[in-house]
Amino acid sequence: MNGFEYIGKNIGKIDAMALATGQPLFTDDISFPNTLHIKILYSPHAHAIIEDIDTSEAEKIPRVKLILTYKNTPQVLHTTAGQGWPEPSPYDTCMFNKKVRYVGDRVAAVAAETEEIAYEALKHIKVNYKKLPAVFDPEEAMKEGAPVIHDEEGISGVYNPKRNIVSHIEVKAGDIEKGFEESDVVVEDTFEMQYAQHCPIEPHATITYLDEYGRLVIRTSTQVPFHVRRIVAQVLEIPVQNIRVIKPRIGGGFGVKQEIILEEISAFVTLKTHRPARLVYTREEEFVSSRTRHPMKVTVKIGAKKNGIFNAIKMYALSNNGAYGTHGLTVTSNTGSKTLPLYNKAPNIEFIADVAYTNLPVAGAYRGYGATQGYAALEQVVDEIAEKLGMGPAEIRKINHIKVGETSPIFKALGEGREGVTQYIQSEATDKLLELGTKEIGWYEKIRKPAKEATKVRGIGMALLMQGSGIPLIDMGAATIKLNEDGSFNVLYGGTDIGTGLDTVVAQIVSETLGVKPEQIIVYAADTDVTPFDKGAYASSGTFISGGAVYNAALKVREQILEVTKEIFGEFNTKDFILKDGFVISEKSGKKVSLSEIAYQTLYLKKQQQIMATSSFVSDSSPPPFAAHFIEIEVDKETGIITPIKYVAAVDCGVAINPELAKGQIIGSIVNGIGYALTEEYKFSQTGKLINSNFMEYRIPSSRDIPDIKTILVETYEPKGPYGAKSVAEININGPIPAIGNALYNALGIRIHKLPYTPEKVLEALKNKGA
Amino acid sequence: MKVHYKINGEEKEFDIQPGELLLDVLRRNNYTEIKGNCYLGTCGACAVLINEVAKATCTTLAAQVNNAEIITIKGIGTISEPHLLQKAFVEKGAVQCGFCTPGTIISAYALLKNNPDPTEEDIKRSIDGNLCRCTGYVQQIEAIKFAIKLLKGGK
Repeated sequence: MNGFEYIGKNIGKIDAMALATGQPLFTDDISFPNTLHIKILYSPHAHAIIEDIDTSEAEKIPRVKLILTYKNTPQVLHTTAGQGWPEPSPYDTCMFNKKVRYVGDRVAAVAAETEEIAYEALKHIKVNYKKLPAVFDPEEAMKEGAPVIHDEEGISGVYNPKRNIVSHIEVKAGDIEKGFEESDVVVEDTFEMQYAQHCPIEPHATITYLDEYGRLVIRTSTQVPFHVRRIVAQVLEIPVQNIRVIKPRIGGGFGVKQEIILEEISAFVTLKTHRPARLVYTREEEFVSSRTRHPMKVTVKIGAKKNGIFNAIKMYALSNNGAYGTHGLTVTSNTGSKTLPLYNKAPNIEFIADVAYTNLPVAGAYRGYGATQGYAALEQVVDEIAEKLGMGPAEIRKINHIKVGETSPIFKALGEGREGVTQYIQSEATDKLLELGTKEIGWYEKIRKPAKEATKVRGIGMALLMQGSGIPLIDMGAATIKLNEDGSFNVLYGGTDIGTGLDTVVAQIVSETLGVKPEQIIVYAADTDVTPFDKGAYASSGTFISGGAVYNAALKVREQILEVTKEIFGEFNTKDFILKDGFVISEKSGKKVSLSEIAYQTLYLKKQQQIMATSSFVSDSSPPPFAAHFIEIEVDKETGIITPIKYVAAVDCGVAINPELAKGQIIGSIVNGIGYALTEEYKFSQTGKLINSNFMEYRIPSSRDIPDIKTILVETYEPKGPYGAKSVAEININGPIPAIGNALYNALGIRIHKLPYTPEKVLEALKNKGA
Repeated sequence: MKVHYKINGEEKEFDIQPGELLLDVLRRNNYTEIKGNCYLGTCGACAVLINEVAKATCTTLAAQVNNAEIITIKGIGTISEPHLLQKAFVEKGAVQCGFCTPGTIISAYALLKNNPDPTEEDIKRSIDGNLCRCTGYVQQIEAIKFAIKLLKGGK
């Protein structure tokens, strides 16, 4: 379609058949003889000091090997957030802390010959807790006199620990108050987003062992193998060189595996006992003691001129980080930085945010990374101001969205833990997204239809979205490519395919650049002993950053191949040469040599060398993908149940290197987002204990909960991305909350300000409206 | 105690504890193609065919199904000789992380055994108990439809 042989083609995912036939690919699918099984003891209190722990009874149990507490483990303050160094998250935790800060905080770990024995031993650990007052509400937590959650010495990177404030963010452009004064219409509204979990079907799992030379090997379900290596080295105070991290296939991540929460415990057990160790979370542990989305309360105020052009936008976000400050600053920065530039017509902008500690489970990275919460509010307020102005939702977005060649002061002002980078949009087709999406959903036929008086009422709603592609000037990926005798290539790269299909995308990029079939590309990824560095799988960086690195390495290999070919052909202008179907061909003379022949020549006979190259990629911009989402819902006025009928996502991710895989990313995000909008929610007891930590009581969507979903890819060409590609992995999770919220208003004239949109809340809103 | 099963056509005997769950017994004996650890029968990743019915092994006692015939994903097709359902899942982008895939294919396989001509609702219902967080199900449903087409084509 675009003159490419392998780009834009639906190559089957290269690992898919192995997965579909049940090969032992995941962390816990292999086992080592003599393995110790680890289980963890958790705090029953939301806030307490451990006055003493007595493990002597537990140690007496036969076949218990080792018990870990704060007493016998390194006390190194660090962050569990697997981010680039230096991490923009506070150093506020140790492997085991003397103070517990939520129900589910870790207290001790037992390593035993079997899981059953480990469980049994946990019961015999005696802990004396001194209970402290707890605080669960972020607003309460920031008040004078609230219990101080992090009062330990030596913590760093916290904005104001005495007031439980992890981070405070303030970014301004223009004059916000004057901006509102000079606006003809002003609307303000507040939305509150709840605790929710990623729910990868594979929970966290780690296996550690010593190799034949006594080096520590960590096989782990991670999105960030290189950060695991660095942080485990830091926490256990051992050299990086003593650690090898291997990423096998990963059973989904969505951000939750961007944390180092199992690896250091398992590694420590192996180092102490010289035996393999295994630590696998249960589903309950996954809910309680891994990571969650940051619950947020977001207020958006927009002022517009009569013609609909925005004059001022103000956003305030209050983020709840739970007991530790992982990703607090950066997730909440993104709440502003990934949303406000979308409407860059407003010269007056203000973004203020606070991130608070509370005595609840720990929030971390989650697909959408703060933008989800930002769009939940922003895109509903945009609809509200459109209504006040008497404009259509599509029309107001059309005249306000950012366009090619334009920028926003937010890009520069708001980075990830440091100042951002000025960037100008180079690819965008938002008007087309709105046009095709409104057409597919039947917007103009349905929008004016008056609400029926029947029990079941339909409504439609939309949302416009952007995200980014990697973190500019921070995220780096690298790759090595080498040629083999049969003309195949090994690709060794640090990029971390967690189920997304990145390894396949990378094979397609190499295929296109070197003119060989994807079957001839052997991809080996994310092994810290074997592959070059990569920041890992986060920030929508896979195709763009890791793919960019592979592209650069392939270009270098191509040059080497052409250099050798010169001599073989006796021709010296490499511009005449093309690589196609495993051959180098001179378009001038018609001469032809296979890559296999070149490999044999260079490995064994003449000009001997390994044809191979390593290259890196770091970007000075983070090109946003864009998406327009539309939904038609049906609401039952008697039960309050919302049923999604049809969902349309028109998406610009630049050139989709593999459209079928891009489609999978889009639909997967939408369904995850629908779950967050309608059912998924942590429920806590009065003492802060999570009470619905299983799939019966925490409902994620199943095959029968999904609407008819249509995806429309609108191709643009992003000059900074490999073969014109931008990201697609996160953006589409941001649409369902505002699109459903707007559809609910369209259907029944109600707005629900506290997520999720449960039947009870719908009925209550209907009752209040009637009253 | 000892239990006896026929697994993927092979006769097997295992030593088990009376209260042990089938999932744990099979994984311990290297049937690691069976995934999942919700232990409530809610995620479906541990599904196998027990006497031709798709069931969660995490809520089935190993002793309770003594002498059963068990088919795991590897009994349906192998990497060198995959079943058309497995091929269709690969081709239609229905495998992302792949952790739920064996269980989902087991459920779809059980459906097609009993009903070679299912409606879309039948298909959705058949995999309703197999949670997938990656795909959003659409491509899985498309893959099952595609496999039906291939199976009807006599391939």
